Amino acid sequence: MNTEIALFLIQDGLTNGAIYALLALALVLVFAVTRVIFIPQGEFVAYGALTLASLQLGKLPGTAWLLLGTGVVVAAVEAIQALRLGRFRRLPAILITYVLAPAAVLWLAWWAAPQKPALTLQVLLALLLVVPLGPLVYRLAYQPLANGSVLVLLIISVAVHFAMTGLGLVFFGAEGSRTPTFSDAQWRLGVLTISGQSLWVVGASVALIAALLLFFEHTIHGKALRATAINRIGARLVGISPAMAGKLSFTLAALIGALSGILVAPITTIYYDSGFLIGLKGFVGAIVGGLVSYPIAAAGALLVGLLEAYASFWASAYKEVIVFTMIVPVLIWRSFATRHIEEEEE
Amino acid sequence: MSGARIALGAFLALIFAAPLALPEFHVTLLNYIGLYSIVTVGLVLLTGIGGLTSFGQAAFVGMGAYTTAYLATRYGWSPWLALALGLALTFVVSLFLGFITLRLSGHYLPLGTIAWGISLYFLFGNLEFLGGYNGISSLPAVHIFGLALDTSRKFDYLIWALALLALLSTRNLLDSRSGRAIRALKGGGLMAESFGVDTARMKIVIFVHAALLASLSGWLYAHLLRFVNPTPFSINAGIEYLFMAVVGGAASVWGAVVGAGILTVLKQWLQDLLPRLLGQNGNFEMIVFGVLLVLLLQRAREGIIPLAMRYFPAPKRVLPQAASILPQRPRPAMGEVLLAVKRARKSFGGLIAVNDLSFSLHGGEILGLIGPNGAGKSTVFNLITGVLPCTGGEVHFRGERIDRLPARAIVLRGMARTFQQVHLLPTMSVLENVALGAHLRGTKGTISAALRLERAEEAMLLAEAARQLERVGLGATMHEQAGSLALGQQRILEIARALCADPILLLLDEPAAGLRFQEKRALAELLRKLKSEGMSILLVEHDMDFVMRLVDRLVVVDFGEKLAEGLPQEVQTNPLVLEAYLGGVE
Repeated sequence: MNTEIALFLIQDGLTNGAIYALLALALVLVFAVTRVIFIPQGEFVAYGALTLASLQLGKLPGTAWLLLGTGVVVAAVEAIQALRLGRFRRLPAILITYVLAPAAVLWLAWWAAPQKPALTLQVLLALLLVVPLGPLVYRLAYQPLANGSVLVLLIISVAVHFAMTGLGLVFFGAEGSRTPTFSDAQWRLGVLTISGQSLWVVGASVALIAALLLFFEHTIHGKALRATAINRIGARLVGISPAMAGKLSFTLAALIGALSGILVAPITTIYYDSGFLIGLKGFVGAIVGGLVSYPIAAAGALLVGLLEAYASFWASAYKEVIVFTMIVPVLIWRSFATRHIEEEEE
Repeated sequence: MSGARIALGAFLALIFAAPLALPEFHVTLLNYIGLYSIVTVGLVLLTGIGGLTSFGQAAFVGMGAYTTAYLATRYGWSPWLALALGLALTFVVSLFLGFITLRLSGHYLPLGTIAWGISLYFLFGNLEFLGGYNGISSLPAVHIFGLALDTSRKFDYLIWALALLALLSTRNLLDSRSGRAIRALKGGGLMAESFGVDTARMKIVIFVHAALLASLSGWLYAHLLRFVNPTPFSINAGIEYLFMAVVGGAASVWGAVVGAGILTVLKQWLQDLLPRLLGQNGNFEMIVFGVLLVLLLQRAREGIIPLAMRYFPAPKRVLPQAASILPQRPRPAMGEVLLAVKRARKSFGGLIAVNDLSFSLHGGEILGLIGPNGAGKSTVFNLITGVLPCTGGEVHFRGERIDRLPARAIVLRGMARTFQQVHLLPTMSVLENVALGAHLRGTKGTISAALRLERAEEAMLLAEAARQLERVGLGATMHEQAGSLALGQQRILEIARALCADPILLLLDEPAAGLRFQEKRALAELLRKLKSEGMSILLVEHDMDFVMRLVDRLVVVDFGEKLAEGLPQEVQTNPLVLEAYLGGVE
């Protein structure tokens, strides 16, 4: 291996690592706020990528129908609950939020898609189609069990992952898609060639992380999420609704997932089920940080990216084996670093 | 003959007759249900009962399958020998995985097993000597007593014989001393530890047990199909096994068969129906499975067996006859110093909860430790019972220093406790809850339990539990669910459980809290009776009235320091005590 290849692999690793880092942050966020181990994160990656790919072909993405369908189910659940409690006045709001709004987004996509708008608009439209699925999924699957044990929530996550992968197959089909790069620019820096796409990915990741930081430090909703993460009961006592915190953290996770998918789509071909492995690599990073520390999780994710890049050079067939076996030394290290704490759950 | 036996008999007859009568397709389905049941029963134990989970069971199935496939085709090993090696390999791997993840919080095991499941799948697919993604074909048939099991009809008998063995041995295991410890893992870890259960070890035991069953199923699978490839051992398969366990629920080992049966038939049906409905090919049953599981966890967390069991009353259990009674440890002399707390100190950061507290307790006395709320009583209690380590000072029990020992070691030395917040296993019977207290008085482990070689000891443990229940006056409720008792009875049950540990010192943490007047009277009556039988008792309370009429001596603490010590009458008139309780008399 010469320097040129080594540098190329570093670039490649950092580009993928930046995406894993974003996912790792979202996973830590969701776990801290809701105790949900968010396995379906990867499906949002795939949905984001495939929705953008559909839009670029001028087609109406299947996610538009999925959004409307999920909205209708949530509306039905909410309406039944409202009727039981005799709160009839809530019905119009339910109808607008969960049926009319998704229908409006569907109409917008149906109208805009064939006109092939500018890339920025396509990205925004894709986000508009995918991100609302986050809070809707939270409402349907997790909220009724919000007080369940971590184990129950984890099994729910796996079930949601199963359902969303299957739905991805229904709405996007079995073929993979690869979107055109955001930028074809190339810069030569000594022996190293830097691609515009890599810069896009890394730049967007850094920008998003900075935006999250600002959100957590300077907005009331960000502070509410931090409060919930530190002490759920305390947060509730000062008036932070756990359902709101849950939906908000799922919205952020869906946003990060869909954006990651949009960023990664020009680099690799994405299939309806590709998200799972991508999301799990974010998990390996998050586990390095013990599912608590944001900076260590991000660093761990970068490490995963680098390891993957070098593994695909040295032993490409064993790439996944090597990346997922990395979790073993991490667990050994954590196992000896952590004092055993007796947990009393359920 | 009981209903359960009739059901079992009918089931056996069905399994026996099926290969003779049913068409090939149904026999194949039945074979798969048997294979999946073996894996699922391990997961029922792990997830439903132990509160742990694994998504990597399919990978263990793959280990069993690939070990035998490789050894039998490459080196011509006998399948039976390959089975032994496959199990040994699985044992080592699962022990290692369990060891590194089970010390961490509960979610690391499932996450670790996901990673392990994915790694092994890609490894199977890429190792050339294992045939890559094409797999290994032409495995030999299994021979048993010279008979070749070379058709799926013949193989059915082997699968179901082993499946029944797996089910029965798991059921036996649960109905034993180790089984009670396993059932205490979910929600009763602290309590189990304080009666001597090594919970970390029990977790590894059930994880390894589940892995071995999976590996056995893999061996059967390989010799049924006579072909292996990586697909059936993917992470998705691992997830489906977990679904089967959740559908079946944790109420009974038979849930494993029900869960495996329902999901296998449903999958077959959906794989037929959905592609036609949607007009394209794919694993669309995933959607239905996912939605079904979410609904099940939201609406019927315990799986579907309990829904059906409502219509079948549980059979009355008969207490087995014990050949002899458990030996008891020698009683201490009256007046001997049993417990000596010497300048014990506990600080939490800057807060000093217990400040150089000293007192001692003598054989045959009831010592009350009282103080207002927040005085540090419960902290003292936790220091004595080994739940918290002392920051300074020492605790001695019969001359031996115990403040460095874990809770498990302390109960072994003859000190048993109750809890301020009742710690019971609500779905277990009163008798079994109490028998958990006698955990350290038995020695037989999981293997003898699975093989039913510990019945004599088990009968003695249950007889002891029954004896202690009679002693405290709860004999009539023996076979009821512990969760159905009133709070007063639950506290008495905790005392019976502590008595089962054959203690010479009983530690009671606010036993009268939340009790009604009559219940308090009954409790006081019981404690007097125990004292008259020679028991020494340390009573931590804040109910003055209850304590004053019961104890021999009192220690009063406030702000972590000793305020007064002496006979109840002396303490009652002590101005410092009055001030602490009544806020001072000016």
